[in-house]
Amino acid sequence: MPRVVVDVMLKPEILDPQGQAVANALPRLGVNDVASVRIGRRIEIDFTGEPDLDRAREIADKLLANPVIEDFTVRLVEADESAEARS
Amino acid sequence: MTARVGVVTFPGSLDDGDAARAVRIAGAEPVRLWHGEAELHGVDAVVLPGGFSYGDYLRCGAIARFAPVMEKIIDAAGAGLPVLGICNGFQILCEAHLLPGALTRNQHLHFRNRDQILRIESTGTAWTNTFQPGQEVLIPVKNGEGCYVADPATLDQLEAEGRVVARYVGGNPNGSQRDIAAITNQAGNVVGIMPHPEHAVEALTGPSLDGLGFFTSVLKHLVGAPA
Repeated sequence: MPRVVVDVMLKPEILDPQGQAVANALPRLGVNDVASVRIGRRIEIDFTGEPDLDRAREIADKLLANPVIEDFTVRLVEADESAEARS
Repeated sequence: MTARVGVVTFPGSLDDGDAARAVRIAGAEPVRLWHGEAELHGVDAVVLPGGFSYGDYLRCGAIARFAPVMEKIIDAAGAGLPVLGICNGFQILCEAHLLPGALTRNQHLHFRNRDQILRIESTGTAWTNTFQPGQEVLIPVKNGEGCYVADPATLDQLEAEGRVVARYVGGNPNGSQRDIAAITNQAGNVVGIMPHPEHAVEALTGPSLDGLGFFTSVLKHLVGAPA
């Protein structure tokens, strides 16, 4: 059964101090060619039946993201694909 | 008649006890409200206390906003019930869209815990009518996600309508835009404040007694004295 993936990111104009802290740590790994790092959140949703993208958008808009500071995208992935992405 | 002021306890609330104590010291009767119960027990005002409701999961206040008691509070606030959100309570009020904007991670990423001077900018609210305009007060601040943000149009509107209730003085502890520490809604009955007035009500435990003014203000508001 396909899975719904919601990606939530801070809007570009909102400062992301966590991302900045990570970016500032990279030179200590010897990485010097990264211009910026932004940190967001990935949420995986499994419906009991067929995935409902409209319902997922509603969940994202009302709960998963705060539209004042965050943008979100909703997409379908095959369940095994998301398992692969974690490996 | 003694005013009855509700104090909500969510799973993870920390300052509900201190908020109830502040209500009592101010001369009102605290009424403990439970997040899971859609019932306000006829209270005259409500305090949403600080803490980490629902473990701050997802975003601070994001899940508390959907608690059964919040449905009643959102409806009642629209009808004029005075509501004060402190710290996590401020975050909940923003998530519930009772106040504009949002609270984000402190810009320096550190949890900030200190006594903080605030300047009271608006004395026209249900929670600040016993202060003098421009009065400076000393109140503890303790937050990790207290950086107030809103789009420039919203900030301009807040300023133009006199809805910035308090600003940080002597150093902004979290990077809040325009040094904003507290704001109110258009009607002035809902106030969100990041520092903790309930921790500044007794000489034994607080840096001042300045926090008491927020709680005595709501009593003055409830008896209809001119603000």
